[in-house]
Amino acid sequence: MELEAKYPTEKLKCWNKAKDIRMKYYQDYAEAHDKGGLRWAGGAWTFDAIPAGLGDDVYPITSEPYGATIAFDKDLSLECMEAAEVQGYPRDLCSYMRNYWGSIIIDKYPFGYNKDGEFVPRFKGAKPLGFPKPDFIWQDHICCSHAKWYQVVSDLEGGIPMFTVDNAVGPANELTDSKIKFVVEQLKDGVKFLEKVTDRDYDDELLFKAIRNHFVSTSKWAEICELNKAVPAPLDEKSIYSLYVLGTLQKAGKQVADFYEKVLLPEVKDRVKRGIAAVPNEQFRVMSDTQPPWSFLGIFRYLEKFGCISIGSLYTFGLIGQWEVKKDDTWGPKTIPDMEFSSRDQALYEYVKYELHRPEWQHFYSCHLKSDMMIRIAKEWKLNGVMLHYNRGCEGLSVGIAENRLALLDAGFPVMAFEGNNADEREFDEARTKAKINAFMETLGAK
Amino acid sequence: MIEQFKQWEKNRHDYAKEWKENNGGKVMGYFCTYVPEEILYAAGVLPVRILGSHEPQDVTEPHIFAMFCPFCRDCLAQGLKNRYKYLDGLMISQSCLHIRQAYTSWIKHRPVEFEKFLCMPHKVQSPHAYEFLTEEYRVFKKEAEEWTGKKITDKDLDNAIKVYNENRRLMRKLYDLRKSDNPPITGEEVMEVVMAMQMTDKAEHNKMLKELLAKLEGYTPDREVGSRLMILGSEDDDTVFMNMVENCGATFVVDEHCTGSRYFWNEVVPGEDPLAAIAARYIDRVPCPTKDWEERKRIPHILNLCKEWNVDGAIIMQQKFCDPHELDFVAIQKALKDAGIPTLFLEFDVTVPVGQFKIRVEAFLEMIGEEDLF
Repeated sequence: MELEAKYPTEKLKCWNKAKDIRMKYYQDYAEAHDKGGLRWAGGAWTFDAIPAGLGDDVYPITSEPYGATIAFDKDLSLECMEAAEVQGYPRDLCSYMRNYWGSIIIDKYPFGYNKDGEFVPRFKGAKPLGFPKPDFIWQDHICCSHAKWYQVVSDLEGGIPMFTVDNAVGPANELTDSKIKFVVEQLKDGVKFLEKVTDRDYDDELLFKAIRNHFVSTSKWAEICELNKAVPAPLDEKSIYSLYVLGTLQKAGKQVADFYEKVLLPEVKDRVKRGIAAVPNEQFRVMSDTQPPWSFLGIFRYLEKFGCISIGSLYTFGLIGQWEVKKDDTWGPKTIPDMEFSSRDQALYEYVKYELHRPEWQHFYSCHLKSDMMIRIAKEWKLNGVMLHYNRGCEGLSVGIAENRLALLDAGFPVMAFEGNNADEREFDEARTKAKINAFMETLGAK
Repeated sequence: MIEQFKQWEKNRHDYAKEWKENNGGKVMGYFCTYVPEEILYAAGVLPVRILGSHEPQDVTEPHIFAMFCPFCRDCLAQGLKNRYKYLDGLMISQSCLHIRQAYTSWIKHRPVEFEKFLCMPHKVQSPHAYEFLTEEYRVFKKEAEEWTGKKITDKDLDNAIKVYNENRRLMRKLYDLRKSDNPPITGEEVMEVVMAMQMTDKAEHNKMLKELLAKLEGYTPDREVGSRLMILGSEDDDTVFMNMVENCGATFVVDEHCTGSRYFWNEVVPGEDPLAAIAARYIDRVPCPTKDWEERKRIPHILNLCKEWNVDGAIIMQQKFCDPHELDFVAIQKALKDAGIPTLFLEFDVTVPVGQFKIRVEAFLEMIGEEDLF
C-alpha cells in the first residue's frame, strides 16, 4: 500500500549537470592522448592536487568509482570478475579491484562511442573501447589493498611508473608535526617522481589552485550533507550516491568544487527552505554504512514503500566530506583554511594537515572512533535506526563493522545488518535482503 | 631435544604467569611482529605474542565480520575467553587490518592497564620512514616509562638489542644447519623453537638455544629426508600440519612466514641512537606483504632461500580471507615457477583439514619425486 505524501517533492534541477560532469571525466581520460595530454590512475583518496601541477591536460581515473561503474554494468562486471579469477586472484579480494583488473585483462572500458559518435556507457549501446593504459600511477595507501592493487595493475600492463603515498599515520586526534611531515616529505618526493616520468616542469600555481579546489569540494560536500539534518530530508541516499561520486572522481578539480559550491549547495539550501522532501512520505529515517551493492540500489527505493528514507551514512558524508565539531558541539563542514600559499612546502603542509582529518580514515586505526561518529550522525540527523551493509567486497570499510553494530545498539539505535558485496553481484541476495527490510520496518513501527 | 621449547609453547600462559611472579615485571601481549620488542624488554617488560588455539570459532562472531581471517578471530577468542587475563598491557604495530580488529575489540571488551597502537609506517621503502618511526618510538618509550615507572636508558636499550640480536644470530645458525643434506632438525621442531621464541624471555631462550645447537652439532637423525620443502605464506603455527607433511616423505628445510624466519631474520645494527637503530631494523626487515611495495622485495628473498637451502618444492599456505597474502601469492607462484620450483597452494583456516591436505601433499610429493621413481 502506498503511503500518503506528507511533504512536497521535486526532482533535483542539477541532476543532468552532475551526470555530464561524470561522463566528461571518463571521456577526458579516454581521449587525453588525442589532445596531447596525460593519463594517470590512482585511488579516490589519493592526493590528486599533486598531479594537477603538471598541467591542465592531465586526466585521472580513480580506482574505486571505476570499479563501481563496472559493477553497475552487470554483464561486463561478471566478465571482469571471471577474468581476474582465471588469473588466480581470489574471489574474496576487494571487488572494485577485481573489476578493475578484469577490465585490463579483457581490455574493455565500460564506455565508448555510439553510432552517432556520442560518448556513452557500454550498456547504452557503445562499442566499448580498450582499457586506456595510464601513463603513471599516483596512489595513496591506508587500506591493505591500496598499493597492492596497483602493483598488480602494473604487472598486468607490463610495467607502469608508480608512486604511492603512505597516509596511514594515525588518527586525527593524535596528529603531530612529525606525522604531517612524513606525508609531506613523501609528496615532495612524489613531485620529483612526476617531473621525472612525465618530463614536464612542475607548476606550483596550479598546485595551489588544486588544493583550494580540494578544500572547497570537501568542505562544501559536508555542508550539503549537513542540510540533510532537516526534516523532511532534502536528499535521499540513492541520489546522494550520484552526487558524492564527483568528489571521488576529482576532488581537486575545479568542475567538482564549482558544482558543489555554486550549483548543488544553493539548490539543496533552497529545498530545505521550501520544505521539499526527497521522499514525500518520510516517516522513518535511517542511515546505511559502507558502499551499497551497486547492482541493487533498488533496495533504497524499496524503503520508501514504508515511508523510510536513508538520509546518508558516514560513508557518503565522510568518504570525501571534511567535518569538524562546531562550538555548539554539533558536526558541521570543516572550516576552509583562510590563507594565501606562498611556497610548495607551506601549501603541502596545510593540504596534508587538513586531509588527515578525513572521517573515513579514522576507523582504520580504531573502529571505536567510527562508532562515535556514527552515533553522532544517528543523533544529529534524528534517526530511527541503522542498516549496516556487511560488505564482503571491501575489507577497508567493513573493518570493525561488527563492533559498530554493538556500539549503535548500546546507544539505543535499532540495527539491521545485511550481508552483500558492493561490486560482486554474485554475493548479494536481493529477496533475502528485502525480507530483512520488511522485518526491520516492522520493528520500527511501519505498517 | 626440543622438549623445553615445546613445553614453553604448549604452556605459554603458565610460563608468563611464572615469569611475572618471579620477576615482578609486567607482561605485554602483542599482535604482529612489527612490535619493537627491544623497547619493552629494556623497560623490564615481557613481550608475548598473542597466537590462537586452533579451536573452532564460537565467541567472536558478534565482534568480527566473518569475511576477516580466521587467525584474527582465533586471537580475539583467546582474549574473550580470558586466557590472557594476566596481561598488563596490549599492543599492536600497524600492519594488516584483520589483526587490528582483534586488538580493537580486545581492548574494549577486556580492558588492560596499558594499550598502544603504534603507528608503524606502511611505506618502508620511503627514505623518510626511518625518521618518522624513530619519532614514534620516542613517544612510545616515554609512554612505556610512565606506565612502568622505570626510566629506559640507552644502556637498557643497548642491552636489549644485544640479547635480541644474539637470539636472532642463534636462530640463523639453527636455520643454517638445515642446509645440510640431512638436516639435524625437522621443520616441525623448528616451528616449536620459533614459537617459543615469541613467548619467552629471550635471555632464557638464548640459553636453551645454545644447548640445542651444541646437541645438534654433528647429529645425524635416523629419518628419511625426502623432498626438501619450503613453507611460506600467511601466519602459520600449525605444528600438526608440519608433522603430517614430514611423515609423508619430506622435510621442511626453510620457511618464509611471520611465525617463522620473518620474525627474526634481520638484526639491529647498533648505532649512536639506539631507538633509530631499532627503527631501522624494523623498516629494513624482510617485509610483510602489507609493506612490500612499490617494489616487490619478498620475491628475491624467497628465491634466494630456495637456492641456499636447496629447496625441491614450496607449499604456499594461504590463510582464508588473508588479503595481503592473497595479493602476493599469484606473483610469488609465478616467480617460483619461473625458477623451476614446483608449488602446492593450500588454503587453510585455523582448523586444518589434515586428512584432505594429506592427499594433496602426497600427490605433490609424488610429482616432485617423479624423477627418483624411474
